Amino acid sequence: MAPSDTELLEQHVDQKYEAGFITDVEAETFAPGLDEDVVRRISTLKGEPGWMLEWRLKAFRHWQTLEEPTWANIKYEPVDYQAISYYSAPKSKKDGPKSLDEVDPEILRTYEKLGIPLQEQQILAGIAVDAVFDSVSVATTFRDKLAEAGVIFCPISEAIREHPELVKKYLGTVVPYSDNFFAALNSAVFSDGSFVYVPKGVRCPMELSTYFRINAQNTGQFERTLIIAEEGSYVSYLEGCTAPMRDENQLHAAVVELHADAEAQIKYSTVQNWYPGDPETGVGGIFNFVTKRGLAAGRRSKISWTQVETGSSITWKYPSCILKGDESVGEFYSVALSKGRQQADTGTKMIHVGKNTTSTIVSKGISAGHGQNTYRGAVKILSGAENARNFSQCDSMLIGDQCGAHTFPYIDVQSPSAQMEHEASTSKIGEDQVFYCNQRGIETEDAVSMIVNGFCKEVFNELPMEFAVEARKLLEISLEGSVG
Amino acid sequence: MSLLEIKNLHAQVEEQEILKGVDLAVNQGEIHAIMGPNGSGKSTLAQVLAGKEEYEVTEGEILYKGQDLLEMAPEERAREGIFMAFQYPVEIPGVSNVYFLKAALNAIRTHRGLEEMDAMDFLVYVREKMKVVKMDEALLNRPVNEGFSGGEKKRNEIFHMSVLDPVLAVLDETDSGLDIDALKIVADGVNSLRSEERAFLVITHYQRLLNYIVPDVVHVLIDGRIVRTGGKDLALELEDKGYAWLEEPLGAAETVST
Repeated sequence: MAPSDTELLEQHVDQKYEAGFITDVEAETFAPGLDEDVVRRISTLKGEPGWMLEWRLKAFRHWQTLEEPTWANIKYEPVDYQAISYYSAPKSKKDGPKSLDEVDPEILRTYEKLGIPLQEQQILAGIAVDAVFDSVSVATTFRDKLAEAGVIFCPISEAIREHPELVKKYLGTVVPYSDNFFAALNSAVFSDGSFVYVPKGVRCPMELSTYFRINAQNTGQFERTLIIAEEGSYVSYLEGCTAPMRDENQLHAAVVELHADAEAQIKYSTVQNWYPGDPETGVGGIFNFVTKRGLAAGRRSKISWTQVETGSSITWKYPSCILKGDESVGEFYSVALSKGRQQADTGTKMIHVGKNTTSTIVSKGISAGHGQNTYRGAVKILSGAENARNFSQCDSMLIGDQCGAHTFPYIDVQSPSAQMEHEASTSKIGEDQVFYCNQRGIETEDAVSMIVNGFCKEVFNELPMEFAVEARKLLEISLEGSVG
Repeated sequence: MSLLEIKNLHAQVEEQEILKGVDLAVNQGEIHAIMGPNGSGKSTLAQVLAGKEEYEVTEGEILYKGQDLLEMAPEERAREGIFMAFQYPVEIPGVSNVYFLKAALNAIRTHRGLEEMDAMDFLVYVREKMKVVKMDEALLNRPVNEGFSGGEKKRNEIFHMSVLDPVLAVLDETDSGLDIDALKIVADGVNSLRSEERAFLVITHYQRLLNYIVPDVVHVLIDGRIVRTGGKDLALELEDKGYAWLEEPLGAAETVST
C-alpha cells in the first residue's frame, strides 16, 4: 500500500543540510572561557581605542549580573558560557587581506559552494559583499564605488579605528549593552560585523550584502552590525547566514542596530540557513539569539525588516522598530520554517512613539516534522502617538501532525486614536491541495513547495529580487526529500 | 482495445462500499455521460479514476491504454493524459494560475519526452487557450481559484483542460451551480476540444448539460451499479421520468438493460 499523504509530506521535510561542509583553514582560536581578560584580548587584537574597551568591559560587568531569559517558548540544555571560545580568526597576513587574492582559497571555495558571488561578476549583480568568516571580515568588495557615493561599508572593527566619531555617536544607542542578556554578551565580546553609513540625501548605489558563516568548532559568533542612514538617504542591506554541520551546539548572539534620520529608509533583509541540528535527535545546530532593532528617529523615516528563517536549532529573534519620528513607518515581514527538531520563537516589536506612525507585521510560520514555531509580537502605542496605525497578520501552516504552531500577540494601546487590525490563521497543508496538483501532473514534492511558496509570497515580494529567488530555492531545498 | 476499460469495479470510502461492480468501456473520440441520483457513486467513480487515496478499490480492474491504471500514482495518470475537472476546485493561495499551469504542463511534457515550454512560448500558448473558455486575462495572474466565483472556478477547470490537452477528460458535475450562460461557455469549451483522439466522461445529475454537450453514450448509475446504458435519448427520458423508474429491484433493472 502506498504511504499516506501525511507520511509523504513528512518525508519531504527530511532533507540533508546542503551547506554542511567544513572548511579546513588554519585558524587562530582562543581557548574556551570568558573573563575580563578575554574581553581585553579581543579589544587588543582589534587594535581598538580605549573608549571601546571601556564600553566592552562595562557591558561584560553588566552581563555578569544578568540571568539568561527563560520566557521564550523554546527548550534547550543550558548553555555553558565558559565552554565556548570567544574568538576565532583564519590566520592570514597581519591585518587581514587587502584584496581577494589574499583571501585563503579554501575560504573562497566555501563561499562558492554557498553560491555567494564574490568575484567580478558581482558588478553585474550590483551587489557589494562584506563576508564575515567566523570572527573577522575577510573580504569587502566594491568599497571604492561606494566610497565615491560617500557610503561607508566596512567591517565594524575597521570603523571603530577609522570612523570612531560615528561609531561613538551611534553604537549602543538603539540597543544599549544593558538591553538584555544576549545583547550584553555581544557588547562585551563582539569580534566583527558590518558598519554602514549613508550620508544625507544619498541613495546607496547598490544592494549591500553580508554573509556570515560559522566555521570553527565550539566558537560563538557575535557580530555587531550598525547601519546609519542620514536624512533623506536610502539603503538596502541583506545578510545571509549558513554554518557547517557540527555536533556541538554553537552559539550565535548578534546585535543589529539601525538608525534612520528624517525621510531616510533602511531595508534590512535576512536569509538565515544555519545548521538546524539533526532532524531526528535534535543534536547540534545553531542557537541563534539575536537582538535586532531599528530606530526610525526622524520624521517620515522608515525601517523595514524582512526575514526568511529556515535554519538554526533555536531561533530567538524579534527585529523591532521604534517609531519615534512623526509619520515614521515600521515594517516586519517574516517567514520562519521549523522542521526536524527546530524551535523558533520569533516575531517583532513595534513601538509607536511619534504621531501618525504606521506599522505593518506579516508573519508566516511553517511547521513540519517535530518543529515548533512561535510567533511573538508586541505592538505598543504610547500616549503621544496620535493616530498611530498597526496592521498585523500572523499565519501559520502545519505540515504533518507532529509539529506545532503558537501565536502570542501582545497589544498595548495608550492612545485612544490608534487603529489596530490583527488577523491570524492556522492552516494545515491540505491533502486536497496536494491532490489537485497531482491531478494536474505535478508531483507531491513540487506541490508542497509550490503551496508553501504561495503561502509565503507576501514576504518574498518584499525581498530584493535576486534574494527572493534565493529564498524560494532555499525553502524548496529545505522542504525537499525523498518521495517513496 | 478501448481507451478505458472498467471491469467489475468495487470501491469503498471509510469501509462503506459505494461502487458495487461497475463495468464500462470508453473508446477514443467518444463522449460518455454518467447520470444518476445523488449518492449513486458518480463522483466516487471520478475520484477512483483520478487516484484519490481515500477511495479504496476492493475488487475489479481499470485498464487505461491497456495498462493497469490502479498501479499508477495520480500524477502519473495525469501525465498519461487523464484529466479531471473537479466538482469543487481547490484554492491555492499565493500561486498564480499561470505559474501553476506552466508547472503542470511542463511536468506532462517532460513525461512525454517533449521539451519544457519557456515562459514566453507558454504565455502565447495560454492566451490562445483562454479564448476557448472566454476567460478574463486577469484570472491568469490571480492565485489558483482564490476568490473566484463558482462559475469562474468551473470555467477555470475547462481552461486547465484545454491547456493540458488530455486524452481522457473526466468532468465531475461541472454543471453544478452554473447559470445558463456559464453552462454554455463550459459546454462550448468542451465541444471545441472534442476530437478523434480524445474521450470524455461527463458526470452529471441533470440532463441540462447534455443539451449542449451531446453524448454518444449515456449510462445510468444507481446504487453503485450501471443499471442502464443507451444513446442520447436516454438522457431525455430521464429528464421526463426522473430516476425512480430505474430504482427497481436489481433483477428487474437488469432485465430491462439487456
